[in-house]
Amino acid sequence: MQNETILHTNKSPKRRMSRGVKDNLIAYSFIAPNFIGFALFTLVPMIFAFVLAFVKWDGANPMKFIGLDNFTRLLKDSTFHKALWNTIVYTIGVVPLTMIVALALAILLNQKIMGRNFMRTVFFFPYVASLVAVAAVWNFIFSPTMGPINNILHTITGIPLEDLPRWAADKQWAMFTVVLFTVWKNMGYYMVIYLAGLQGINPELYEAAELDGAGPWRRFRNVTVPQLAPTTFFVLMILVINSFKVYDIFINLFAGADNQLNDSTRVMVYQIYNTAFRSLDYGYASAMAIVLFLLVLGITIVQFRGEKKYGQ
Amino acid sequence: MVGKSKGLRISLMVLVYILLFATVLAMLVPYIWMLSSSLKLNKDVFSFPMQWIPANPRWENFTDIWTRIPLGRFIFNTAKLSIIVTILQLLTSSFAAYAFSKLHFRGKNFIFLGYIATIAIPWQAYMVPQFILMRYMGLNNTHLAIILLQAFSAFGVFMMRQFYQGVPDELCEAARIDGLSEYGIWARIMLPLSKPALSTLTIFTFVATWNDFLGPMIYLTDTKLKTIQIGLRMFISQYSAEYGLIMAASVVSIIPVVIVFLALQKYFVQGVAASGIKG
Repeated sequence: MQNETILHTNKSPKRRMSRGVKDNLIAYSFIAPNFIGFALFTLVPMIFAFVLAFVKWDGANPMKFIGLDNFTRLLKDSTFHKALWNTIVYTIGVVPLTMIVALALAILLNQKIMGRNFMRTVFFFPYVASLVAVAAVWNFIFSPTMGPINNILHTITGIPLEDLPRWAADKQWAMFTVVLFTVWKNMGYYMVIYLAGLQGINPELYEAAELDGAGPWRRFRNVTVPQLAPTTFFVLMILVINSFKVYDIFINLFAGADNQLNDSTRVMVYQIYNTAFRSLDYGYASAMAIVLFLLVLGITIVQFRGEKKYGQ
Repeated sequence: MVGKSKGLRISLMVLVYILLFATVLAMLVPYIWMLSSSLKLNKDVFSFPMQWIPANPRWENFTDIWTRIPLGRFIFNTAKLSIIVTILQLLTSSFAAYAFSKLHFRGKNFIFLGYIATIAIPWQAYMVPQFILMRYMGLNNTHLAIILLQAFSAFGVFMMRQFYQGVPDELCEAARIDGLSEYGIWARIMLPLSKPALSTLTIFTFVATWNDFLGPMIYLTDTKLKTIQIGLRMFISQYSAEYGLIMAASVVSIIPVVIVFLALQKYFVQGVAASGIKG
């Protein structure tokens, strides 16, 4: 009996260890193809970004460590402030509007109504349609003098074409136009996420609420909203991140052949792109990128805190 | 009273349908306008009141664009990149996700945390050092650069892992007892089960690569390497008055994503729900 135990304990750790090593190796072989690419092309550049933010470098001459100079320069850079401000205004415009429209559509298209699948496809479609193409159509439709929108407005209201909004070409209307475009283009994506969230709600909760005499509004208020809280936080997070990293929409709606934006339409990523790839000021561009990163990180943390507080 | 509430319900339903119909129309109008304009002469595109169905459809727009810009080349490049990236993404993500979900190994939580942490970091925050790295590796102005930067996303791994979490462990356990290796379980049990998640990831990856703008703009300066987005943008800014041709090229650039989307969309909502993208 004792012998057996000794034999057993002698044998088993060794076997377990070699099996453990083999298991680990098998698991690593599953991860390796993705992880090697991920580490090399995502993790390494991320770490490198923090180094670059503290140097002056044009890519050709030797790097020079300059401490916080890039960041003090940012504090005085009014063009960057303009870009930061425009990005924030854009985010404030896009986020609530998209959330409301996406949730309303998801609730409607979660009912048993005619043509439900067709409508889901229609609402989702702008999200997959190529940006360059749909931006071109928008610019044509919203063209100040030739476009159908202003011509229809002119016919209905009688206001001369010159006095109508010039949409993307107008300092005052540019932000409104790009917010409208973004909501139209992306709301279908968030609608699908909300739909998935709605389908995860236990129907018994609604039945119980109905038995308690709750009307549609109270069912929405007391069942749908709290049950959807995790989805809402997720949508909020993705929306904010996506708004902060916007670039292509602005270029395609506003820029000419030279891909330049003016003070009323420049955004943070445009500033990063131009500083790095036109001015070849890699260090300064990375400092801007760090600001972008910290902003997104800060907002994400605040949202996670909020989710913990209200998620219960 | 019952009658009143029934009447109210019906009128509410009618209102909802009218509202939905109007929204659907507003969503579709830009595409209809695009399609209609793609068959018109430049001078007729902006004629007002509009002619939705052109009296003399100008089909030549759709033959001319192929010679005005290397559209065929652009589409070939984009299709090649999108297909390679999607295949790599599906394979490596589902492979890694299997380990994260169903296997036990040292450092699992630590490595997975590394993946999660990067999901929220926008690519734009590290695109500059990534470009420097790629240039150092001699990959500037190559398609390989686009493939490498798109194919190994943390998002894909996260999404597939969420889906695999919903597959009962007993299924894998039973397969192990039957003598299947871990690779066999992945290939014969997990892959066939994960069709909704794979379809969803295919739509996301294919569409993201097909429509990517900033990546090709940074890396592909050589015209013969350009993708459809960059090529179309170049065409629009060079021939800004060729309205009919611009619309025809736009229609052509949208068709491939329509095909991929319609082919896979039946799995889509299910896939989003099951793979926990909703958080």
